[in-house]
Amino acid sequence: MTELLVGTRKGLFVLDGEPGSRFEISLRAFVGDPVDYAMRDPRSGRVFAAVTSPFWGPRIWFTDELRGDWQPARGVALPKGGSEALKRIWVIVAGEDEGRLYAGGDPGVLFESRDDGETWALNRALWEHPTRPRWRRDSGGLSVHSIAPWPGDPQRLALAISAAGVWLTDDGGETWSHGNEGIVADYLPEEARATAIDLCVHHLERAPRRPERLFLQFHGGVYRSDDAGRSWSDIGAGLPHDFGFPLVVDPADPDSAYVVPVTTADRVTDGRVVVWETRDAGATWIARNRGLPQDDAYLSVLRQAFAASGEGTSLELYFGATSGEIFGSADAADSWFGVAQRLPAIASVRPA
Amino acid sequence: MAIVRLRGQLEKLAGGEPELPVEAGTVGELLQQLEREHSGLEGWILDERGVLRRHINVFVNGEPAEPETELQGSDKIEILPAISGG
Repeated sequence: MTELLVGTRKGLFVLDGEPGSRFEISLRAFVGDPVDYAMRDPRSGRVFAAVTSPFWGPRIWFTDELRGDWQPARGVALPKGGSEALKRIWVIVAGEDEGRLYAGGDPGVLFESRDDGETWALNRALWEHPTRPRWRRDSGGLSVHSIAPWPGDPQRLALAISAAGVWLTDDGGETWSHGNEGIVADYLPEEARATAIDLCVHHLERAPRRPERLFLQFHGGVYRSDDAGRSWSDIGAGLPHDFGFPLVVDPADPDSAYVVPVTTADRVTDGRVVVWETRDAGATWIARNRGLPQDDAYLSVLRQAFAASGEGTSLELYFGATSGEIFGSADAADSWFGVAQRLPAIASVRPA
Repeated sequence: MAIVRLRGQLEKLAGGEPELPVEAGTVGELLQQLEREHSGLEGWILDERGVLRRHINVFVNGEPAEPETELQGSDKIEILPAISGG
């Protein structure tokens, strides 16, 4: 049995099912409110949901029992009296030491919890970084949407910000450095690219068995880093489109990555839904579309709406679309099945 | 002293009290005072800038009010989510 936490434009849906067959909706929560992200901390079992209430603002909620009460976490806010307000929480990630979690949000902020997510504190070094005035909003805002801990080392972390590039720390977030070398922003004038900070990274993932390796889906280009995110090589050759939002890795295989390319012009699939897989670190890509719609299918798959559970031969993959469909694979993308349909627009999918 | 009536989530966050007496000269001061006296409400009505959240309406004696609206001692204040949808 697999449980999926699905954040949608109109609330949290919990789906249960056997991989290979359609899942059932077992629970709804935050009915009517945008749930931008939901995840279960594998260490504590605690479930978190990032809810952006149109009335009461953005908030992280947590529960130890899905059918029980949810509590609002404390401290998920910007400093009082400033000129900005928190707009949204994009991602929540379990850290590497006991009780630690991270959350990323808009406007380009990182929060950290050391008590299993009950209270949070803003990372001041990133908030007050001197380059911040040069960061740029994209159409989705100014978002910390990807957080990649380093397995076994809580001092090391990589972030991706849209549109402010890749950021790295090796002192637990006391200081931050860029990791942008090699990323080419072809939406900028050629003369501006070398020194650009406003790099629109769409998603970043670390290969946990080889943590110095990361993959990222860029706003035009798919990249790999083998030096912990300091420099990047374009590995998008062979893909039908180099634009896309989510990216997933097989935790067992540092040479693996999966992307869902969409056309640059309209940011939807080009009539066929195809997941592309590499097993040689981006040297070649293989189309994985058995069981996916191949006619008149123009899907938008958002950056948090593609996720994996398990690894290796038992790798399960799930992605959802803003049209309310979820597809899954129980055999590492060799074949796909319909998980759910007719849900509200899907913002995030995470196996619990 | 003005009386603030809360419903739903706000009532719960304020400790289950549906009506709270608050001393303030204007609606804006009242909302700040309300957050100070009931920390569970912090950030729910006013954002970090101190700005009334966009889809929250405040009524004084049944009439729509703004943060600058002045208050009298016996005013009844209601804080409600706005009509919205889509």
